[in-house]
Amino acid sequence: MNLDLPLIWAGIIAIAVLLYVLLDGFDLGVGILFPFARTPADRDVMMDSIAPVWDGNETWLVLGGGGLFAAFPLAYAAIMPALYVPVILMLLALILRGVAFEFRLRGRRRGKAFWTGAFAGGSLVAAIAQGFVLGGFIQGVTLDGVAFGGQPFDWLTPYTLLVAAGLVAGYALLGATWLVWKTETELHGDARRWAWIAGAATAGLLAAVSLATLFVHPQIAERWGWRADGFDFAAFLPHLPIPLLGLAGLVVLAIGLARRSHGWPHLGATLVFLSGYIGLAAGFFPDIVPYDMTFRQAANQDNALALMLVGVAILLPVILGYTAWVYWVFRGKVSADAGYH
Amino acid sequence: MDVEALMLSRLQFAFTIAFHIIFPSFTIGLASFLAVLEGLWLATRNEVFKTLYVFWVKIFAISFGMGVVTGVVMSYQLGANWSAFSALAAPVIGPLLAFEVLTAFFLEASFLGIMLFGWKKVGPGLHFTATLMVAVGTLISAFWIISANSWMQYPTGFAHTPEGGLIATDWMAVIFSPSFPARLAHMCLAAYLTTALVIGAASAWRLLRRPEEPESQMSLRMAVGMFAIVAPLQLVVGDISGKDVLRLQPAKLAAIEAFWETKAEQAFHIAAWPDRATESNRWEISIPRAGSLVTAGSADAEVKGLKAFAPEDRPPVAIVFWSFRVMVGLGVLMIALGVWGAWLCWRDAPERSRAFLRACLTMGPAGFVAVICGWIVAEVGRQPWVITGVMRTADGVSPVGAGQVSASLLGFLVVYAIIFSVGLLYILRLIAEGPLAGADEPTPPVPRAPGSALAAVPDDPGRARGDRP
Repeated sequence: MNLDLPLIWAGIIAIAVLLYVLLDGFDLGVGILFPFARTPADRDVMMDSIAPVWDGNETWLVLGGGGLFAAFPLAYAAIMPALYVPVILMLLALILRGVAFEFRLRGRRRGKAFWTGAFAGGSLVAAIAQGFVLGGFIQGVTLDGVAFGGQPFDWLTPYTLLVAAGLVAGYALLGATWLVWKTETELHGDARRWAWIAGAATAGLLAAVSLATLFVHPQIAERWGWRADGFDFAAFLPHLPIPLLGLAGLVVLAIGLARRSHGWPHLGATLVFLSGYIGLAAGFFPDIVPYDMTFRQAANQDNALALMLVGVAILLPVILGYTAWVYWVFRGKVSADAGYH
Repeated sequence: MDVEALMLSRLQFAFTIAFHIIFPSFTIGLASFLAVLEGLWLATRNEVFKTLYVFWVKIFAISFGMGVVTGVVMSYQLGANWSAFSALAAPVIGPLLAFEVLTAFFLEASFLGIMLFGWKKVGPGLHFTATLMVAVGTLISAFWIISANSWMQYPTGFAHTPEGGLIATDWMAVIFSPSFPARLAHMCLAAYLTTALVIGAASAWRLLRRPEEPESQMSLRMAVGMFAIVAPLQLVVGDISGKDVLRLQPAKLAAIEAFWETKAEQAFHIAAWPDRATESNRWEISIPRAGSLVTAGSADAEVKGLKAFAPEDRPPVAIVFWSFRVMVGLGVLMIALGVWGAWLCWRDAPERSRAFLRACLTMGPAGFVAVICGWIVAEVGRQPWVITGVMRTADGVSPVGAGQVSASLLGFLVVYAIIFSVGLLYILRLIAEGPLAGADEPTPPVPRAPGSALAAVPDDPGRARGDRP
């Protein structure tokens, strides 16, 4: 049997990163929305809705980083130094918001206020830093041979700022629709309002990022049909389902919110993310360090990829199984008194 | 190469990894302790075990969270600061770290949610299963990370490719490299001892004030049992691990013992001031011939000294020598504490001896100090290599400038200082309140904040039993 191991592993890493964005996305989003809660009790409910699952969500980030190291070491070794500053910023922010889950409950008056702020601020900064990482990645990384050969702040451009804004809006949208799904009464109403606002901001920023991305690299523009000699509809047509998926997501979101559905808005927001994710990937695939290293060039030795594939084939279904079970155990609404009676 | 950036990267890695290891050392043992408590509670229905579980799981939640967030740093820092090492080592140890994520991290993270918040959502059997999964997950995690580290200490089962890379040739030899079994056992026992010392200290603190508290009497006895059995066992396992070092990493052993000359009948230095410039100890307090005896098992055995290695291949000596002595010294004190406690248990009751309780209290942090000293011996002692004989630490660093690394190091120092001091404060506060905090107060209970680790726990641990058929 001849498996295309690098291709399979590119798929596994892509799925891990997608699951990270969708799962940690909503709990980072809840943190971003923290300052807008009316009461401390509402904040408690917001945190309660994500407390049992955030740790599992963040593990997909570890799989993304660890998996990149293990499957595409040359890409890992080139990208991490290139995006050193935003990666470290993200880690520091994730530390502060991660410990806040427990610290916030142990703190007395001042301590609780500090960790409430740390949770909100950490979530926001982590989202911004991830936007820098994403934007800096799509912009491309300067290589010297196979190692990073650029400057420390190559990643910081108007484009990455735009991507960061878009990601913050998108996470806020995921957080808001999650809260629509998981909460009741006044907070539920607030979440619905946040979802409208974040949805509008996400739609606008996603459109802006999509357009700006066309100017980032000629390869991307060409893929989407924009050539020097005019628009090539035949090249664009295979990509058409991607923006259509995003539009469908926005429609599901809007109709869901308008009809006061509890679950549909989160599905709509998820589809929007899926569309954005695939759309960006379509621009740089098969590069794993845009635009100088393909995933095949970066891939680890076949025997390492094969060994890990055996592990993944057995373990990933198990992991997905118990992750789904945990979500099932904590299904339904989180109400203010659900915890202790 | 940027020498300053290299130094800062080493400092940052040493700081972040030393800080991180504090939490796994504690939570590996605590997770197993919680599984034992819950198992005993299910088996005996003795409410003392339940009260202790509910108390220690709060402390577990805080420490585990700190372990998780400081651990995420590791999976990215490797690439950010040590990209050349990452690119070279990934074909061999990449799968080991990937398996750690797949077999351990997801297991711990997912079942932790059930363990902390699932009391009312799942039955007692499933809840116990969740606790067990978390405990097993911590041990699996230790398995893989010690495996990867042991391979770096003494790599086997690989070959060099024509392009200058590495390739694994025998996965079993990679995973089970020669020093791995003893080092894994040494680390797991260290984690159990560290946890037992903290539990012993917390119990002693309560018993000095309330000698009749049954929960603290029980947990003190459990801790004493661990000291008495695990501390002597650790001495044996540590000695086996030391014999591996003699065989596999003679330069590290020479640094540990501050041996300079290669000879038979090495003296054992109780204390010394090793000086790399003069290639000798400026002064030493020694037992003649005992050095060969304790390291090689025979006073007549020839043991290599540091001068047998080229100066650029020698590890720093003084820090390794002294860290090792602190670790062993604390180990001996732990054994003494175990013997004393066992004797008190046999004669009367350990909580009656205030001197013993004070000793337990004093020894509370000893496990952490010993673990960090042990890791300093392991990691500084294998310098200048990051993969022994294959890659020098200096060659593993990323093309990242000193400015960026000093900024990130400063960031880690500030953030870790905050979370460490606050986390410690909250843990100590919980310990000071003791296992019966809350349970003492009569109804109506103050509602716990939703989202708290204990939000879903019945308010009165004693009542939980009546809820069940």
